[in-house]
Amino acid sequence: MDVELLEIRQHMGRFPPFDGLSDDLLDAIAEQVEVSYFKTGSSILTLNEMLNDLCYIRSGAVEVYRSQGELYNRLGEGDIFGHFSLLRNHKVRFPAQAIEDTLIYFIPKAVFLRLCEEDDHFADFVELERPRLESAAEQQKKSNDMMVTRIRKLLTRYPVMVETSTSVQLAAQQMSEAQASALLVLKEGSDNPRYSFKDSEGQTWQMCGILTDSDFRTRVVAEGLSPQTPVGEVISSRLITIQSDASVYEAMLTMLRSNVHHLPVLYRQRPVGVVHLSDIIRYETHSGLYLVSNIFNQSSAEGLARLAPDVRAAFVRMVQEDANSQMVGSALSTIGRSFTQRLLEMAEAELGPPPVPYCFMVNGSMARNEQSIVTDQDNALILSDKFNPEEHDDYFYALAKIVSDGLDACGYTYCKGDVMATNVQWRQPLSVWKGYFQDWMANPTPERLLHSSIFFDLDSCYGEDLYVETLQDLIAETAPKSPLFLAAMARNALNRTPPLGFFRTFVMEQDGKHNNSINLKRRGTAPMVDLVRIHALACGSKAQNSFQRLNDISKTQLLATGMSDKLSYAFEFLCMSRIRHQMIDLQEDRLPDNNIEPENVADSERHTLKDAFQVLSNAQKFLKFRYPMPAKRQGR
Amino acid sequence: MYGIRPRQKVTQADWNGYMAQRAQETGNSAIQQFFGTPLPDPDTPISEVPMVALDMETTGLDERRHAIVSIGLVPFTLNRIKLAERRYWVVNPSRPLAEASITYHHITHSEIAQAPDLDEILDELLAQLAGRLVVVHFRNIERPFLDAAVNARRGEGVLFPMIDTMSLEARLHRQTLWARFRRWLGRPPVSIRLHASRERYGLPIYQGHHALVDALATAELLQAQIATHYRPETPLKDIWC
Repeated sequence: MDVELLEIRQHMGRFPPFDGLSDDLLDAIAEQVEVSYFKTGSSILTLNEMLNDLCYIRSGAVEVYRSQGELYNRLGEGDIFGHFSLLRNHKVRFPAQAIEDTLIYFIPKAVFLRLCEEDDHFADFVELERPRLESAAEQQKKSNDMMVTRIRKLLTRYPVMVETSTSVQLAAQQMSEAQASALLVLKEGSDNPRYSFKDSEGQTWQMCGILTDSDFRTRVVAEGLSPQTPVGEVISSRLITIQSDASVYEAMLTMLRSNVHHLPVLYRQRPVGVVHLSDIIRYETHSGLYLVSNIFNQSSAEGLARLAPDVRAAFVRMVQEDANSQMVGSALSTIGRSFTQRLLEMAEAELGPPPVPYCFMVNGSMARNEQSIVTDQDNALILSDKFNPEEHDDYFYALAKIVSDGLDACGYTYCKGDVMATNVQWRQPLSVWKGYFQDWMANPTPERLLHSSIFFDLDSCYGEDLYVETLQDLIAETAPKSPLFLAAMARNALNRTPPLGFFRTFVMEQDGKHNNSINLKRRGTAPMVDLVRIHALACGSKAQNSFQRLNDISKTQLLATGMSDKLSYAFEFLCMSRIRHQMIDLQEDRLPDNNIEPENVADSERHTLKDAFQVLSNAQKFLKFRYPMPAKRQGR
Repeated sequence: MYGIRPRQKVTQADWNGYMAQRAQETGNSAIQQFFGTPLPDPDTPISEVPMVALDMETTGLDERRHAIVSIGLVPFTLNRIKLAERRYWVVNPSRPLAEASITYHHITHSEIAQAPDLDEILDELLAQLAGRLVVVHFRNIERPFLDAAVNARRGEGVLFPMIDTMSLEARLHRQTLWARFRRWLGRPPVSIRLHASRERYGLPIYQGHHALVDALATAELLQAQIATHYRPETPLKDIWC
């Protein structure tokens, strides 16, 4: 390596996609680079000129435009541009201009193509939008399989191992020293290939048994054996083991099935540890499952409220274990529903059985199973048509009040829009609810729907599930035939738009203005949810979860082929970004919110987020075109 | 600022005539080749002039007592600096290397011990410079050192026109009315050293004192100066010296 090129290669090595390149490839780039200086305001690439190089910004700032002159991106030090055209016909499609005095390193096409060929990460990066989002989402999926945590994660140390000839006394002493509750017994040689392995000196060993605390009691002391008895004589020949890459869940099943409390863990044939039932229980206590059962064990609202820190801990843990947004969303929704259900049980215990059947309906993110750690409560009561307000409403108001207050105490703050069962408007018999939905769909205006769109995410939480299903059926049947309704919903869905991307430590808006932070819910996930909901309504899907809705949409002709996949990837990435930033907030003892600050966004995340915003923005434009507002009301 | 002795000012009213004459008179084939390759006409727009940025590291500042240690060059035009065509040589100064300049240049004694004498690379160096306009930052190092070194080895020196990015900076910051006003106020003069000059154009900071990196830095600086204070059509004669 020429020392004189170190300057160039070190700089590039700090920025994606070059940061993942081998030193050899970095050298190959550095020595082929061509350099040019551009004064503020001067053009770097002009539309349709032939392009033979990838452009790398060594210093300064550059704006890239669409062919119509609309701002496409603003780039700074370490960013690249021109790859889009290089991968296609080599004619500049996105002209670029220096907005500060800028030094560009030009990487010749031949080098660029070599990088694409030899480095998959680089190739993924320069392919626009879909592939990058896809690979980000896929990476998530890959680590998801690991979410089923491997048992090896629970191992904290090597097993204590003795030879068959060791006396039980010596073995007991070794266990005490190591503070182990079990030891593994080995013998030289091999007659069972399943348990044979070579140690570092090449000696072949075979594991032939395990000896636990309780074995000493039942097999040694209770039998009156001498302390000098070799361990080989007291071990049982029955050996139950598990592979280190098996899941915690599998280990637990194995223990239950075989009724053992200790499991030797093997990497292929070699013992790498012993896992005890208590290790698994300790692990489980931190996870959502334990939390849910704990919710149902609480006997008071105060007891439930004390579980709030556990919810946050479970959230942080899931994110750390690379759960994807669907897992986090559904786990948090399950927890939220459990709180609600337990509060309803308590309310019924206090108020007596309900005078008429009812369904406690949840709306919004809980209905979609997409709850996050920052959430308010959206709920309503659907009562039996036998409901008589004079006679029964006191009961249901009291019930709604207990649940709503309880949820608030548990961290599910009151709904600012008053979408709660305590609001008499949302505490009505089924026939009234049917009327609400029919009216919204038959006589829509964007203004009226602004506050009711949340009811189009609806699910039963407790009680008569059939009531909510009746409403879901009604919507699925009517909505596809109501173009005016869809158009009004589409109009509202465009109220919130994504930003263009990031520039240095700022969020950059579509008009080029800068902001210090961005509310990722308002500017990303929520508009995406709105958009998906409209297509789902249009195709009569009864799914509530956005991913399931997208799946339903993909089976129709509503969107271009591959578009719903693209939206899925983008949505997953937006959700994960939001979740990750909430986790950072929690870990740093801040109140989690939906804001992300650009300085906390890693380079690779920036690029993918920008792609996700782009997908959303394009999908919004399509929405306007797909569900146009009719010029005048259609004849009735 | 470099504490160097004053030199006779080298100016050639007619560089092309001078070079043609030298090509006729010389007895050395490499030097004949060098002077025989015509330079662009003084009226050529700067955007059409092939250039080469040149930088040398030396053991000191006086060409009579000190010697060249390394030479870096990068061919370029106003559009592109061609790093792929860069050249870099370490040469044996055959004069003792002061410890201070070792730390300064990051060139070690052993590197120099193995390095060839300038004479061995001189033909190659002159071939690289031929037909291109040499660009340096502070010509009063490169010009006399190269002249003296060639003179010592081939019995005759080489002089040729150069673009000096430092004197271009000086024109802007030292010779204007505003500069005189600053001086009158007792303000320190604006620094026209390579790094300070680059900073004014928003150019990045490079680790200095490597002949090739400095040559690259000089080429970038000239591009920035032309983009800021001149035009691509500016004739060569307005800039060279």
